[in-house]
Amino acid sequence: MASHGIRDQVAIVGMGCTPFGEHWDRSTDDMLIESSSAALASAGIALGDVDAFWLGTMGSGLSGLTLSRPLKIQHKPVTHVENYCATGSEAFRNACYAVACGAYDIAMAIGVEKLKDSGYSGLVVGSPANDGTSATVTAPASFSLLAPAYAKKYGVDDAELKDVLTRIAWKNHRNGALNPRAQFRKEVPKETIACSPLVAGPLGIFDCSGVSDGSAAAIIVRAEDAYKYTDHPIFVKALSFVAGPATGPIDPAYDYTTFDEVVASAEDAYAQAGITDPRAELAMAEVHDCFTPTELVLMEDLGFAERGMAWKEALAGTFDLDGELPVNPDGGLKSFGHPIGASGLRMLFECWLQLRGEAGPRQIASVAAGKTKALTHNLGGGPGACVSFVSVVGSQLDS
Amino acid sequence: MSGIVSYGVYLPFWRMQRSAISASLGQGGGRGTRSVASYDEDTTSMGVEAARRALAWAPVGVQPSVVAFATTEPAYADKTNATTIHAALALESSVGAVDCVGSVRSGGAAVMIAGFRDGLAVLSDIRTGLPGGADESNGGDAAVALLMGSGSDAIAVGIGGAEVTAEFTDRWRTPGDHHSKQWEERFGEHMYVPLAEQCVTDALKSAGITIADVDHVVVTGLHTRAVNAARKAIGARPEALADDFAATVGNTGTAHPFLMLADVLDRAKPGEVIAVVTLADGCSTWLLRVTDAISQRRPARTVRQMLAATRDDLGYGQFLTWRGQIHREPPRRPEPDRPAGPPSARGNAWKYGLFGSRDEGGFIHLPPSRVSMASGAIDQMEMVRMADVRATIATFTVDRLAYSMSPPVVAAVIDFDAPGGNGQARSGRFQCELTDVDPGTVQIGDRVEMTFRRLYTVDGIHNYFWKARPLAEED
Repeated sequence: MASHGIRDQVAIVGMGCTPFGEHWDRSTDDMLIESSSAALASAGIALGDVDAFWLGTMGSGLSGLTLSRPLKIQHKPVTHVENYCATGSEAFRNACYAVACGAYDIAMAIGVEKLKDSGYSGLVVGSPANDGTSATVTAPASFSLLAPAYAKKYGVDDAELKDVLTRIAWKNHRNGALNPRAQFRKEVPKETIACSPLVAGPLGIFDCSGVSDGSAAAIIVRAEDAYKYTDHPIFVKALSFVAGPATGPIDPAYDYTTFDEVVASAEDAYAQAGITDPRAELAMAEVHDCFTPTELVLMEDLGFAERGMAWKEALAGTFDLDGELPVNPDGGLKSFGHPIGASGLRMLFECWLQLRGEAGPRQIASVAAGKTKALTHNLGGGPGACVSFVSVVGSQLDS
Repeated sequence: MSGIVSYGVYLPFWRMQRSAISASLGQGGGRGTRSVASYDEDTTSMGVEAARRALAWAPVGVQPSVVAFATTEPAYADKTNATTIHAALALESSVGAVDCVGSVRSGGAAVMIAGFRDGLAVLSDIRTGLPGGADESNGGDAAVALLMGSGSDAIAVGIGGAEVTAEFTDRWRTPGDHHSKQWEERFGEHMYVPLAEQCVTDALKSAGITIADVDHVVVTGLHTRAVNAARKAIGARPEALADDFAATVGNTGTAHPFLMLADVLDRAKPGEVIAVVTLADGCSTWLLRVTDAISQRRPARTVRQMLAATRDDLGYGQFLTWRGQIHREPPRRPEPDRPAGPPSARGNAWKYGLFGSRDEGGFIHLPPSRVSMASGAIDQMEMVRMADVRATIATFTVDRLAYSMSPPVVAAVIDFDAPGGNGQARSGRFQCELTDVDPGTVQIGDRVEMTFRRLYTVDGIHNYFWKARPLAEED
């Protein structure tokens, strides 16, 4: 029994990503066409060259027909993947495995979500017929449970905590302001964030990621073929996905200051990638900042900060664009919103740009300084009951 | 003759000042307060709360053979409401469950059925009328449960009674309407008073006593003017007349004779005689003698203590919203799904009985799980009822986005005490809604108890389940 990973066996040779936002004038089909065309063009191939497809969407369609119909894919395998908010990352992970095992030469992973057509605030998830006894709280309420628990455990007072959460939102909006694809492309003053109307617990509207539409796609080939398509491929170092037993909400031992699932998937991913000091070795990280306390806790779960120290590191600017380890340099979910199926691939898209030195005004300095690896992270569910995904990608083959 | 073995009263957490009505409408209202069932309560859920209290004071091992539920405001027609109460009490399937719905007189029928079969009578009502009317301000919401039986278990035994029936048009309501209509008040008074006199006379005769022998006289009915006249006409000693709670609770319909009776039982001495006179399409009189057993099975908290623990500042806008008289702007969120029949039936012990499953190591899984969280063992579980186990708030949040009849939703993670334990050991965790709570005052570490509520209604299906509420006091 072991998680061996597929380090350096496959590479990304092309990517595409739509702008994220309220696309009243663009359908799911339109976004799929846009991101897939961009990815194909980026790899310099045609649709017919792709042997198999993995489509990630949670609620914008069912089956592979959701992709094959708009793209007119001619009798190829198209797999529909759903795994909560890690849906896009799951499409990518499974496409990588298919190429690594030799079943296909070229695979496409593509994610899409059309959230704005529902007409509701926040995320709406349908559920199977049930007995009506599961808790009816919304996502912000579920994640808001982290904030007071973290503050209590580490002796952070309410005002300090508010400053920390505000700074996380401020930092991500600041990064997003430099990104033409972001839903929100403006810096937001800290006072505006701190004084925004309350949604759940201590979380104001600016502590929550937006609701948007978007799509992103990647072309995956075997590592040895990568340079046929691009001079700057991005190699897959690690892919880890775990589902927890969902016992946090029923286990008094769970204290709402960590995601056990994230710790487990990070450990697995670092072992696959041969990383021993993530904070020092990674050039950057794209993490699942669905709500500000989530990013705070993730900094510790992913090993970027000591337990109980992430709040101080966040205040000190460690994770800023020009900090020691830039986190969410593209602006994160905070600036992009969270079209579920697309988010994981959108994060990879930022790694693709940054590691290739193509991120323009928000290009991080660590890449020029010689760091070659980046991390993406998604989680789906809520504190104590979630799925978690961690990938590590890099611009160089390890020898 | 059958008697009462134990009793339980449920008063909702909220009361409204009647002056709040006149302040808004410029009419109606009056002095004092009325009790108000919360947005997540109905006659069934309140009945469950009263029944749990009655059974908590039953002699060890005594289980009712039938649940007889009476109300003028049933949650369902065509579907038995008493079965919901039966399920929430986790009674054996061999225990019967029947409804007596319609008029206030149905309350007497439920007591009669329970009396014949050593059963549990559950009387529950939510009384209101059109805004600004007398029924709105004079009505009240409450539930009472009487566990009936005989022999040495009884705290009060029946010693006589009488029924008088009369057909006349005083008060009526078309099925589907939520308010009743009444004929000219003086006509009802003219009809009721002689019926009451005849009924009380017949009852006293059956017991071989006189009105002077009666220590506590409960006289009630929805016709206030007739009730007041009857109180004088039957010749009771003035000091024997029981408080009618008009100033604080209001008239709680089918529950009301028994709410007043419970208040009398809270302080009655062994040997005392009680008369319960109910004016409803005729009159019924029930004579009881209190026994020595009363001292063993009086509830820990009296009706008056419960009343004192309620809040009396509910706004009239909330009241109208909760009773469906005004339709407020909903949050921009989808309505919840209707609870589906088959999973609800499969999860009956969980949804209604609030049972968890305890593994070999003593950990309790909520909802019940077949696989142990700790050991992975399958089906090595024992079902444990958690409805009466207290808990402590581990963490909580105020959800301003979630769909609710009365936002914001206060959601809490609660850790249960070990069942039967002393409140120290933790045994299982559950995430649920808090109710009867001020969102601004909730604290981690607060103590809570479970309460049976109606979460919401979709497609006519009421979603009953359990919430937690702040614990009034540790016993």
